[in-house]
Amino acid sequence: MANNASGTSNAKLYLAWAFVGIPLAWGIVMTLINALALFQ
Amino acid sequence: MTADAAMASKGGWLTRERTIAEPGFNRWMVPPAALCVHLCIGEVYAFSVFNKPLSLLHSTVGADGVKVPGADDWSIPSLGWIFSIAILFLGLAAAFGGAWVEKVGPRKTMAAAAALFGGGFLVAALGVSWHQLWLVYLGYGVLGGCGLGLGYISPVKTLMSWFPDRPGMATGMAIMGFGGGAFIASPLSVWLMGIGGVAFAFVVLGIVYFVYMMVGATIVRTPPKGWLPAGYVPPKQSKGLITTANVHVDQALKTRQFWLLWGVLFLNVTAGIGVLGQASLMSQEMFPGLITAAAASGFVGLLSLFNMGGRFFWASTSDYIGRKNTYTVFFLLGIVLYALVPTTGQMGSIVLFVLFYGIILSMYGGGFATIPAYLKDVFGNQYVGAIHGRLLTAWSAAGIVGPSLVNYIRDYQINAGVPKADAYTVTMYIMAGLLAVGFVLNFLMSPVDERHHMEAEAAPSRA
Repeated sequence: MANNASGTSNAKLYLAWAFVGIPLAWGIVMTLINALALFQ
Repeated sequence: MTADAAMASKGGWLTRERTIAEPGFNRWMVPPAALCVHLCIGEVYAFSVFNKPLSLLHSTVGADGVKVPGADDWSIPSLGWIFSIAILFLGLAAAFGGAWVEKVGPRKTMAAAAALFGGGFLVAALGVSWHQLWLVYLGYGVLGGCGLGLGYISPVKTLMSWFPDRPGMATGMAIMGFGGGAFIASPLSVWLMGIGGVAFAFVVLGIVYFVYMMVGATIVRTPPKGWLPAGYVPPKQSKGLITTANVHVDQALKTRQFWLLWGVLFLNVTAGIGVLGQASLMSQEMFPGLITAAAASGFVGLLSLFNMGGRFFWASTSDYIGRKNTYTVFFLLGIVLYALVPTTGQMGSIVLFVLFYGIILSMYGGGFATIPAYLKDVFGNQYVGAIHGRLLTAWSAAGIVGPSLVNYIRDYQINAGVPKADAYTVTMYIMAGLLAVGFVLNFLMSPVDERHHMEAEAAPSRA
């Protein structure tokens, strides 16, 4: 068993990372927008 | 034997045997599985968004348009106990559930955490609907807190087993999710409350978190026994603090090293958590007229970003410079920055103030994320999940001591006539002192004596 994607399809891998990455990125953007008030 | 029969012989879907990866499984599927859990349970950091709405469930609107609490509305101090109970049960579940986690494996633990955390929200929703505060304590505090504890430790050992070459980075990714969960939960909770109120928000969050965490339980896999990543050659002999042996969880508690690390985590967290809890008020009082309440809210959000980013950055860095050196940086740099923070207030420099606190909070998060790999180095991989669970009692203790210390010193200073802008100076110097003690404890870390080691098993071979 290697650490490359010989058995796990790339699509499944991208889907898994998107499933956690998109909500996290959305939350970070919202936080950064709120943080801008600090420097205005 | 058919494929179905072969699977059935391994036991139910939740068993450890059914989580063993098939050939060709990509280990990079495991961090998202861990993040599914940690992003959900990280919601606990955003629970304060519910406090005000929960205190106004039976309110009336006054003549000036402001909501006035009803006679039987819950007080803010009584609502504060929800979070405290959850953190208490997080520590208890992590400490006492660690051995069970080792026994049943990550999938059953993640599923249990999902049921407890999601179910806790549903019980709390009933408490809100029936206006029974004890049900909210039981639901979010006790059940949810147990889900938090089990969920927090569930992927740690699995990740380090898949990434023996970079254990710090692997656990840093998951624990970064715990820091980032609040970013999602805070706006989502506000939006849901705007649609249907607090009970509705609790029900939706309970269901969503349960499903999301179960996705993690579904995709998580453990490596087959003896599996090693391609190209990785495990050390054959112990080197410095990194051991090739294993220490049983019960034996670990009898070692000096466990308690030194307990103190290291306790002091690092105490210094950070006290400041994090008071960040909004502190920024407004140190920069009166310059930082408004809205800007202070942005400041807290920014600190949370540093807290989250530091978890990944410092834990990954520790793979290259070592855990002991990483903590040495935390303590030495922390001492300097805490000592300089009052100067930024006197200079009126918001940029330096934000930068210094950002770095301090990155090291607070980094402390959480680096400790599992530190434990693996010192006690081996076999019981690292359970040992990590026991060590998290330091977090619970720091959660009580840190904020109390900052609040008490601030009040004492103000009562003694010190201007509010200067009331935090002594606090910062005391925090620097705590970090100096932490530096000494970390400096005293040494390899565990061989008499604590378990009997060696056959060395792993490449699959």
